[in-house]
Amino acid sequence: MADIDIKDIIKEENIVYKKSSILLDKVMHYCPGCSHGVTHKLIAEVIEEMGIQDQTIGVSPVGCSVFAYNYLNVDFQEAAHGRAPAVATAIKRLLPDKYVFTYQGDGDLASIGAAEILHACNRGEHIVCIFVNNAIYGMTGGQMAPTTLVGMKTATTPYGRDVDRNGYPMKITELIAQLPGTCYVTRQSVETAAAVRKTKKAIRKAFENQRDKKGTSFIEVVSTCNSGWKVDPVKANKWMEDHMFKFYPLGDLKDSTRDNPADYEQYIKD
Amino acid sequence: MAKIKGAVVIDKELCKGCGLCIVACPANVLGHSGEVNGKGYDYVKMVNPDACVGCASCGTVCPDSVITVYKVKI
Repeated sequence: MADIDIKDIIKEENIVYKKSSILLDKVMHYCPGCSHGVTHKLIAEVIEEMGIQDQTIGVSPVGCSVFAYNYLNVDFQEAAHGRAPAVATAIKRLLPDKYVFTYQGDGDLASIGAAEILHACNRGEHIVCIFVNNAIYGMTGGQMAPTTLVGMKTATTPYGRDVDRNGYPMKITELIAQLPGTCYVTRQSVETAAAVRKTKKAIRKAFENQRDKKGTSFIEVVSTCNSGWKVDPVKANKWMEDHMFKFYPLGDLKDSTRDNPADYEQYIKD
Repeated sequence: MAKIKGAVVIDKELCKGCGLCIVACPANVLGHSGEVNGKGYDYVKMVNPDACVGCASCGTVCPDSVITVYKVKI
């Protein structure tokens, strides 16, 4: 068997994986190894595969991913801190044929924006919410977030999170799964190639749910913040597998359609 | 039996050297180059190109989408 030269492999027709055309050429400002980059890429790939680039509107949050509109070549609206689901509600109601998604971190969604996300999900808005949970405030310097694990050291809990002083870590995805307006609630991660493919399937399903008007789809992506956690990217993934996954187990929490409104009308019938 | 050969091209100026592709590669093809790019990152290159099977695991996990994967059957 003749050996083939590497120059003969590197040809246009042999490409099996390349950067999505929805991603712009701008270099991402994220730290090396940040999970945001992978999550952005998956959204871009799903939008490209579904052919909905000109029908998609994203809502970007405040936090590290505030510049999401610089990297994805779709229409974007910036929201005030935590208010992305409220802005997405308005966009979806005014332009019901568009695909609307929000992209938020845990400091944005689980803390200051907890009311907005819970009520948007409770109303059953036909939007996709992507929630990147790295258990820390990354952009502002690694402070404690509502999702920080007990005992985890951050800039504001240098001796580890203490329940008496700082409260319990919040499983916001479990809270949201109980709301009648949601149709698809899942928790995924992006640390290995297999996990990335699963997350991509989840994002695809969420956009299809929006197309079929099934209700709110909510995807939590358990991710790393190697700068905030003060470890290198590979060790951060290992730490996430060893600790985060125990408290935030992966998998689907809900996969159906939003509750039938008729079921709720019986209570005031004579 | 058909043999599968792969190759990856890494944009060395955009690579941030995070090393996630190195651990994701099942054939140990990739490694740090030991040189720095324009941004000062120790970028990744193919250190064992003959072992590549073009599985695209490296490209899938790359946060900055700098990896293009090629595959041929010979």
